[in-house]
Amino acid sequence: MRYLNRLDSKIKQYEHGNFVVTSVDKFLNWARLSSMWQMTFGLACCAIEMMATSASHYDFDRFGIIPRPSPRHADMIIISGTVTLKMATRIKKLYDQMPEPKYIISMGSCSNCGGPYWEHGYHVLKGIDRIIPVDVYVPGCPPRPEALLEGVLKLQDKIRNQSTYKKNKA
Amino acid sequence: MAELKTETITLNMGPQHPSTHGVLRLELVLDGEIVLEVKPVIGYLHRCFEKHAEAMTYPQVVPYVDRMDYLASMNNELGYAVAVERLCGVKVPEKVEYIRVIMAELNRIASHLVALGTYGLDAGAFTPFLYCFIDREKILEIFEITCGARLLYNYIWVGGLSHDITPNFKEKVLEFVKVFRPRIKELNDLLSFNKIFIERTANVGVLPPEVAINAGTSGPTLRGSGVNFDLRKNDPYSIYDRFDFKVIVGNGEMGTVGDSWDRYMVRVWEMEESCKIIEQAIEQMPAEGNVQEAVPKRIKPPVGEIYARTETPRGELGFYIISDGTNYPIRVKARGPAFCNLSALPLMSKGCMIADLVVILGSIDIVLGEIDR
Ligand code: SF4
Repeated sequence: MRYLNRLDSKIKQYEHGNFVVTSVDKFLNWARLSSMWQMTFGLACCAIEMMATSASHYDFDRFGIIPRPSPRHADMIIISGTVTLKMATRIKKLYDQMPEPKYIISMGSCSNCGGPYWEHGYHVLKGIDRIIPVDVYVPGCPPRPEALLEGVLKLQDKIRNQSTYKKNKA
Repeated sequence: MAELKTETITLNMGPQHPSTHGVLRLELVLDGEIVLEVKPVIGYLHRCFEKHAEAMTYPQVVPYVDRMDYLASMNNELGYAVAVERLCGVKVPEKVEYIRVIMAELNRIASHLVALGTYGLDAGAFTPFLYCFIDREKILEIFEITCGARLLYNYIWVGGLSHDITPNFKEKVLEFVKVFRPRIKELNDLLSFNKIFIERTANVGVLPPEVAINAGTSGPTLRGSGVNFDLRKNDPYSIYDRFDFKVIVGNGEMGTVGDSWDRYMVRVWEMEESCKIIEQAIEQMPAEGNVQEAVPKRIKPPVGEIYARTETPRGELGFYIISDGTNYPIRVKARGPAFCNLSALPLMSKGCMIADLVVILGSIDIVLGEIDR
């Protein structure tokens, strides 16, 4: 009771301001999911659809997604296109340079599983998940911008339900 | 005082760089800010096109052709279809030819819009990018209504088309052309004649005509240097000889002939010419016709080889196909325009500033899918 009284007196200070009570997890997740900065990184055809998604018609900015050229600024990377063996090592390097927490969307059949190149593509990595962990897979060749947006929403859902606190305890 | 000792440094640009238009790596030798040498390193998007072509039947190659130059799939398909049709002696109906031309020109506009928009991005202007993509979406909508895909269509088949046009296709296209014409002027006001943009691009990356020809460039890169060469006029394929349009060449309006601004401007005016072709094609197009009438049941060209070339938004796309009489091609070799244009980059950018290199690279409008194939 004494504690509550003390809290009361503290709250009184903010009488004319706004006040929100929330949990740490919720607050952190909210902050993370509403400004996911994306690494500018186009690989192949899917990158054009990614560009179309961030341009005027579909507008990525609505979701707080802003392209950043450097992996050090980025929260999220969209693997948009065919990953060749020569590129795979570079992608791993870029991924390692990103700060935690980091999220990955695999866009298009190529980066999901090799796509049209799965059979005879001797130089194509059959799925980006062989080198880095993927959060959301977006199918399609190329996925429509709507599909990519759906993938982003799914990722946001995923972030909304993650728990920083519990993970540390375990 | 003794001379200060300086030394050159080697710098890697790419493969992840916001302005290399894909996964290209440039090895630069720099003397301070000055670029002494540029060496493009490619192969980051090598998707084994030729290997696939060996393992597929002729119609099955078309989707892989799409994915070569993914900004201008229709033009690529047209090139491949023309090559195989010449090889087997297929004659396609009139209506198909007209639809093909309309689609190819629409795709040319869409591809140029991406090139111009991202070129603005390279030079530091974000707004034109958004404007260009508004119009591009309109073209994609037409494609989508016709064949169901936005980017990679598999629309132009050997001998025909995958779908007939919808009843209101003509009106839709004409309406687009009507809306789009004033937008070219808007783009000019916004970017082309912008003082800052001109300062960034004029007299930068000059490619003299002789060098351009020797380097094997084609398309807007070649025409920007003032060379009047367009396969649609010089070696007409399909029905391009029936249309009245101008070949745009660079004239050094803002600086030297063959600078980055010229190459940029050739693309802008080419969109206008494409509009002209589209209008004429819509007018002349026969109403009747079955678009799949001439599609062969089984494509089995006679033993032989063929080289057919067409003009894509980037230049001369050639297909060299060898047939051994079965329904699998022995070899399909593509001569990619972007690949040859890229070879002119070291020649253009010797001695430029490193910030200008980005502008020069943007002005040749490469697509890595086609360079690496
Ligand atoms: S999934 Fe399809 S569209 Fe995407 S990069 Fe692969 S081939 Fe291109």
